[in-house]
Amino acid sequence: MKAAGEKGWRNDAHAKVTGRTKYTDDLKFARLLHAAPVYCDFVHARILRVVTEEAARAPGVVRVLTAKDVPGSNRFGQIIRDYRIFADDKVRYNGDVVAMVVAETRDLAIRASALVRVEAEVLPAVLDPEEALLPGAPLVHESHGSNLVNTHRIRRGNVDEGFRRADFVVEEHFRTQSVEHAYMEPEVAVCAPRADGVIEVFGSMQHPFSTRRFVAACLGVPLSEVEVVGTPMGGGFGGKDDTAAIVCARAALAAKLLGQPVKLMYRRDWSIRESYKRHPYRVAYKMGVGSDGRITAVQCRIVADGGAYCSVTPWVTWRSTVQCCGPYVVENVHCDTLGVYTNNVVAGAMRGFGSPQMNFVVEQVVEMAAARLGITGVEFRRRNMVRQGSVTITGQTLDSHKVAMGEVLDAVLAETGYEEKLARCSHGRADGDELYGVGLAMSYRGVSLGAEGVDFCAAVINVQPDGSILLEVGIHENGQGAESAMSILAAEELGVDVGRIRYRRASTSTVPDSGTTVASRGTIMGGGAVTLAARELKRRMAEAVCGRLQCLAGAVRFEGGALLDPAGHRRVSFDEAIALMFATQHFPHVVGVFRAPKTTWDEHTGHGDAYFTWVYGCQAVELTVNKKTGRVRLLGAAAAHDVGRAVNPEMVRGQFFGGMAMATGYALHEEVRSKDGRITNPNLNTYRIPRSTDLPEMRAIIVENRDPHSPCGAKALGEPTNEILAPAIANAVFNATGRRQFSLPIKLSALPDEIAEEDCRL
Amino acid sequence: MRLNINGRDLEVSDSVGEKKLITFLREDLDLTGAKNACDIGACGACTILVDDEPVKICIKRVKDVAGHRVLTIEGMAAPDGTLHPLQQAFVDRGAIQCGFCTPGMVLVAHAFLLKQPHPTRDEIRKAIHGNLCRCTGYQQIIDAIEEAAAHYRGAPAPAQEARL
Repeated sequence: MKAAGEKGWRNDAHAKVTGRTKYTDDLKFARLLHAAPVYCDFVHARILRVVTEEAARAPGVVRVLTAKDVPGSNRFGQIIRDYRIFADDKVRYNGDVVAMVVAETRDLAIRASALVRVEAEVLPAVLDPEEALLPGAPLVHESHGSNLVNTHRIRRGNVDEGFRRADFVVEEHFRTQSVEHAYMEPEVAVCAPRADGVIEVFGSMQHPFSTRRFVAACLGVPLSEVEVVGTPMGGGFGGKDDTAAIVCARAALAAKLLGQPVKLMYRRDWSIRESYKRHPYRVAYKMGVGSDGRITAVQCRIVADGGAYCSVTPWVTWRSTVQCCGPYVVENVHCDTLGVYTNNVVAGAMRGFGSPQMNFVVEQVVEMAAARLGITGVEFRRRNMVRQGSVTITGQTLDSHKVAMGEVLDAVLAETGYEEKLARCSHGRADGDELYGVGLAMSYRGVSLGAEGVDFCAAVINVQPDGSILLEVGIHENGQGAESAMSILAAEELGVDVGRIRYRRASTSTVPDSGTTVASRGTIMGGGAVTLAARELKRRMAEAVCGRLQCLAGAVRFEGGALLDPAGHRRVSFDEAIALMFATQHFPHVVGVFRAPKTTWDEHTGHGDAYFTWVYGCQAVELTVNKKTGRVRLLGAAAAHDVGRAVNPEMVRGQFFGGMAMATGYALHEEVRSKDGRITNPNLNTYRIPRSTDLPEMRAIIVENRDPHSPCGAKALGEPTNEILAPAIANAVFNATGRRQFSLPIKLSALPDEIAEEDCRL
Repeated sequence: MRLNINGRDLEVSDSVGEKKLITFLREDLDLTGAKNACDIGACGACTILVDDEPVKICIKRVKDVAGHRVLTIEGMAAPDGTLHPLQQAFVDRGAIQCGFCTPGMVLVAHAFLLKQPHPTRDEIRKAIHGNLCRCTGYQQIIDAIEEAAAHYRGAPAPAQEARL
């Protein structure tokens, strides 16, 4: 096994590269039954009857389940309990599941699922979020009283006064699209009843604890009767929270009722039809700028299409609100954000969580403002960006960590030769067919959940009598390398080789509920818990051996697999120290808990210390646009992010590249298309995620400023890397073509030789 | 009909020949390295090699490979677990995240390097373009393939040992 610090170390790499890793669909169970969901063609309809008799009589079918079969709660939701395990009163979007067929084989289950009929009264569907807010619009949830899911606001300073002081105003409307996570592994769950009555859940999910909550509520049993077992998963990107939990709940229901293991393995087209997406946004944005190049005011209205159920729309839109001015100091802000129900596919968490949409807007508006002033976007950003001690638009003073905005910007400029390249951009005019452009974008991002939730994580270190170490952490391995990062941190803190540590994939029955592995919180929260657990273990070990080392417990050093006195004269090996503890029944079993520092929020004014720390990132891209075809070719991209501390550098680089790649899809290719509320591109041949040939060579610049709030020093990276390349591409396309991009994905057709004046909105 | 999978011959009935190849490998032989992610041959997660050529098997039947040499990811490493140099390069260069695309990606790269042991990065990009990865942005996968290419020059490193 490779040691910590060696290139590329991952505890799971060997198993993955040899194909031996067992993902959920790879697990084998005796007497396994298979389930298939039943959809119907409706988009919005009142259900009169779900007719299952014919399907129930089909070959191999064991049972057909509907909402009537749910013994506990058929409704769930992390914020509003409006989502159904099975649609009962209404179909609210085309991905609603009305029933599930359980059969001896998957093929038989799928075949019989076509025999379930739904009798329903068709209702008018509302598919436009602005129309959904009009009086008289069809209501997606009648009991909610309107289609407004939630609002957020910021009221800071006096925007009227700010706009009066402005030398000019940039005002534009932007739209972003619905996109799919497209994790390579579709949703899947296998649930198996254990002899003691406990239902074991194996599945592809980011949130074992909320999955357990939903499964237990669905079955009407206590939490102790459901055990969600951490299972290797093929990617999540925020997308394996709510939908993944429902898939588990359905399989668990069948397993409980039938007393047999049941697998519910999603086909890709089911996954894209049913699973939640990144929210499409409509943003009206107005920025006032003074003659000194400083932003005097921002007014914006953000409308997020949340689709048919609430999911985490209030939280996603909260981040959009807090970060609605980008990383810039603005004293006068008026922001209204609305999350809206429609009959479109549900929208929820996706990598970025409300920031990619706003950065697409803000990072273009600042370039437009710069052009009006006759300065570069870089210069405009420097005049307005947050610095050490700056106050954010929500009134938070950035003084408790290193504000690295300028540092990451400088790093990208230096690495790419950006300003020299900027001077070579085509701006719509070139001798040949290829127009050349560079563009950049930057952001700051609040780390972890912030004031949207209670934020903590637990880790358990359980040293065995021979000195080998079992480590469990309440965060989940989504594919990012969390287990390896946790193991490295524990080894470093304890002064032992990482080979001594066996990461024990936690189950919900062994580790305290530590929340969900989202919000780029894995390393900072999990790593914090591991570091604190290791420190507590060291305290206990030091107490056990300080007599032999003839020094105070607090002075014992942990190095090279041993405990030493301050001068290094006396030494007790790690193994001996552990043996001594077992001999005296002072067991080396510790639980570490990291609680996030306090955050505050006033929902009425939009003021507060929204996040306990922030990260800073900047990305630049170089491209050509073909005049005749409009085809964009990416030539290169570079990114700098302050990660606090790079625990496992190769994996850190992987987050850079993966995030940037996903953002190129957001910018140029990806869009969940639908017609009358029905998705028309539900597989990977028509929903086009970036291929190797779509991407340029990418460079990762790791900036490290250890965060004082983070016990292990690390901050966040997964989402920051994914939130700014789309506006960088939009800016580069502008610098190449002279055309601004107000909607995503960017669609360019053939460009006329002379650019019409109205296209040149600066 | 006769199959040859990871160097081992086996005889199957005609009715098995009609089975989906991915189902046969995953369920009957427990060779679960080939993943089912799209069912229509669009993503490459199910890729295996047939006579050293990449084949997406979610759209193939068992009979399609009768009489041909099949290599799955399980046949790449040595029986003692020693990785093939290409696999080792994937590990060393951080080319693995969730791992769901990894088996197909390794096999496609293996087939490519057998033919072109002196590849440019652009050629590597083109070689793997049929295999989707959502985690890595392909950058470190390309790094790994570039690094491993040296092992294919002269006497190419074969898949190390037959294993079922």
